[in-house]
Amino acid sequence: METKETIQVNSENVFNVEDVSVSYGEFVAIKNVNMDIAKNKITAFIGPSGCGKSTLIRTFNRMNDLILGTKVKGTINYQGVDLYDKMVDPVQVRRRIGMVFQKPNPFPKTIKENITFGLKVNNMTDNMDERVEKALTQAALWDEVKDDLNKNALELSGGQQQRLCIARTIAVEPDTILMDEPCSALDPVATKKIEDLMQELVKEFSILIVTHNMQQASRASDYCAFFTTKTSDDGKRRTGELVEFNETTVMFTNPEQDLTEQYISGRFG
Amino acid sequence: MLLESTEKNMSNKAFITGKKAENAIKESLFLFTLYICVTIAILTLMTLIYDVLSTGITRLTSDYEVGLITKIQIDNPVDFLTSLDSRYPDRAGIGPAFAGTVWLMIIVVSVTFPFGTGAAIYLQEFAPKNRLTRFIELNLTNLAGVPSVIYGLLGLAVFVRLAGFGRSVLSGGLTLTLLILPVVIVASREALKAVPDTIRQGALALGSTKFQAVFRQVVPSAIPGMVTGMVLGLSRAIGETAPLIFMGALTYVNYFPDTPLSGFTAIPIQVYNWIGYPQAEWKETASAGIILLLGLLLIMNSLAIFIRNRYEKDF
Amino acid sequence: MENENHLRSQLTKTITRPIEKIVKFFITASAFAAILISISIVFTLLTEAINFFQDPAVTFKGYFTATRWTPTFQNPEYGVIVLISSTLYIAVIACLISFPLGLFSAIYLSEFATKRTRKVIKPVLEVLAGVPTVVFGYFALNWITPNIIQRFIPGTGVFNALSAGIAVGIMIIPTVASISDDALNAVPNSLRNGSLALGATRRITSLKIMFPAALSGIIASFILGFSRAIGETMIVTIAGGQYPELNLDPRSAMYTITSSIVNVSLGDTPHGTTAYNALFALGITLFIMTFILNIGSDYVARKYRKEYE
Repeated sequence: METKETIQVNSENVFNVEDVSVSYGEFVAIKNVNMDIAKNKITAFIGPSGCGKSTLIRTFNRMNDLILGTKVKGTINYQGVDLYDKMVDPVQVRRRIGMVFQKPNPFPKTIKENITFGLKVNNMTDNMDERVEKALTQAALWDEVKDDLNKNALELSGGQQQRLCIARTIAVEPDTILMDEPCSALDPVATKKIEDLMQELVKEFSILIVTHNMQQASRASDYCAFFTTKTSDDGKRRTGELVEFNETTVMFTNPEQDLTEQYISGRFG
Repeated sequence: MLLESTEKNMSNKAFITGKKAENAIKESLFLFTLYICVTIAILTLMTLIYDVLSTGITRLTSDYEVGLITKIQIDNPVDFLTSLDSRYPDRAGIGPAFAGTVWLMIIVVSVTFPFGTGAAIYLQEFAPKNRLTRFIELNLTNLAGVPSVIYGLLGLAVFVRLAGFGRSVLSGGLTLTLLILPVVIVASREALKAVPDTIRQGALALGSTKFQAVFRQVVPSAIPGMVTGMVLGLSRAIGETAPLIFMGALTYVNYFPDTPLSGFTAIPIQVYNWIGYPQAEWKETASAGIILLLGLLLIMNSLAIFIRNRYEKDF
Repeated sequence: MENENHLRSQLTKTITRPIEKIVKFFITASAFAAILISISIVFTLLTEAINFFQDPAVTFKGYFTATRWTPTFQNPEYGVIVLISSTLYIAVIACLISFPLGLFSAIYLSEFATKRTRKVIKPVLEVLAGVPTVVFGYFALNWITPNIIQRFIPGTGVFNALSAGIAVGIMIIPTVASISDDALNAVPNSLRNGSLALGATRRITSLKIMFPAALSGIIASFILGFSRAIGETMIVTIAGGQYPELNLDPRSAMYTITSSIVNVSLGDTPHGTTAYNALFALGITLFIMTFILNIGSDYVARKYRKEYE
């Protein structure tokens, strides 16, 4: 699993993950993960369900804190700062590291209010209209909604809702965006739009995306991490592990691990 | 089809069809019993409403008699609503009691809403899952089952005597507040529970504090449900009679309360008083009071249903 | 390095807003008020009740053995047994009405009614549950007594236990029906379908499969209904009369704990008198009775919830 070197490319790293294990009470969801995540690149997490990839991504902006009994071992350095340092305020972490969820979750308010909420809680209340426009434009939604910014966000289509969620995330000017299966509830057309959007956004943000869709990973990502579950000897516990972490092109053409190849070619998972 | 053909093959056909007929009778008898039970419940409600309406309506409709004897009457709803109580059943109005009920509603809402929703928000969103929290929850369930008359005794000891508010509309309102607080807390918690977790996560992921996520996103989404719970709790409060008896509401009060420390009477209390008079004419007056009370409850319940349908969001 | 320090300082700064602290304090206090209410109920009832028993005219033994309740008479007697027996008597009449009607309504609703009938009947039950008790009292006195009781049992007085009991029973039907309905609905559908698939009729399925499966929930509804019947005040005060001696004739007036609490307090009882203290002695007696029943109902209900979760 010494694949770390492969990604020591020229670009800077945004996360350094060192020997991270996450557990809920007795249950270890994922263990001993080591990886460096490149800045201004798209990194995809793939693997069968239950392999802990969603759990892992939620440790990157400390969303895991919200689940009682979650324990994170090891260190996650974010641009040199240990995210789990006692002094670090998770609220500030989430302000810098945004997150887009599996199911579009706009607030049941107007389109505009969905964006301004994040601005308000982050004291970014200057030039609000401009910021709203900029975020919606960046999320490729402006043209579709500019005439009804005061419409309830729940009236938008699923794909539009998800782009609105991306817009409100980038409105608060994070450095990194985490996406937890952002297209799993969307149709192929809406999925394509989001993938195109990611290619635009990556110029400005570092993007981590969890996906169960391998085509998506191969199409959209620069780096790819493959996780799987290992069953303990007594057969009772299943724990997620990182199998291979590589450039996406390498991963999908010439994977180093047999397991990866089996998964990618659809022989298991 | 299959069943029929099997039956045909059976030698003991007569027995089976006999059994079947017997079964069919039992089935219909059983269903008939169920119908009867449901019907009795519905019929009782209709009888009650019909009886009250038919008796009380004469006191609420304008009825200018063209006859030899012209009764001096104030036979219309506005007079009934605004007049003072009287020794004569056909002149007795429900004015002071109506005003008293409005006073009670104002006090109950202004105290119950902040405390009820506050407690619900704490328990649902912030409280740690520990023994103390479970104890509070158990407490609330039990309080909801305490007979209302006991709350009256509590109000008498605490508000009337200890706090020195006397037998006033303030004591009455606070007592009713204690009575419906558990109900309102439970309803508000349900409203908060109905807000999906994704809303909380969405807010937190944008860098809001938990406090901001709860108060700016979760609570506003739950407000319709909370208001509905409040209105239903309030409608329970205004129908309550027993706890107010200790607030001196039964002593003859025939004036409009003007401060929170005024003596008062309330619609159900006034109705109870009128029921107590043996003369038949008072029945009409009592019925008219009941019509008003049921009318108020109908309005409030409709309001609750309206809010629920109008503002309830499908996430 | 400079960048890193800047980031570190940003990530570690916590903003404290005083308003958040104040609001959090307020809502925490609100939640704890629930405990405070319970404590003050027990405390006030107890202290005044203790004062009651310190009156030389009152004895603990007399309270539980005397057969008359006449606190305002010249020679007062404080036989709570009179009140307890009346209370239970009327509550039992109420249960005889509400248990079958409520339970069968619930079986109809959950096992036989179509969605549309449900949509009609449920709100009717809710309206019935929302009718103020003083209205039920009026109904008992002015409709049930003359039109039912006195018609079929001539010679019954205006105030009688039967009429009050029936009205209380009608009042509790929605309680019994809705909790039993919930219990029946909590039974997994597979059980119902399994029984029907074996060729059992709907009646058999309802009575032999669904009823036993939902039994603990149904019992919980019965206990809660009984508890509510015991605590009901206005109906029994208006229609049940005030007969202060031990008797078990349903046609006669009776005197429940709650109606005697109302009647003692009617006379604007001054603080500190034995009559005033008696209110609280009765209050705690009633509180203990309903408390035990409510806990019991909660316990039984919890059991059935566990069974199917």
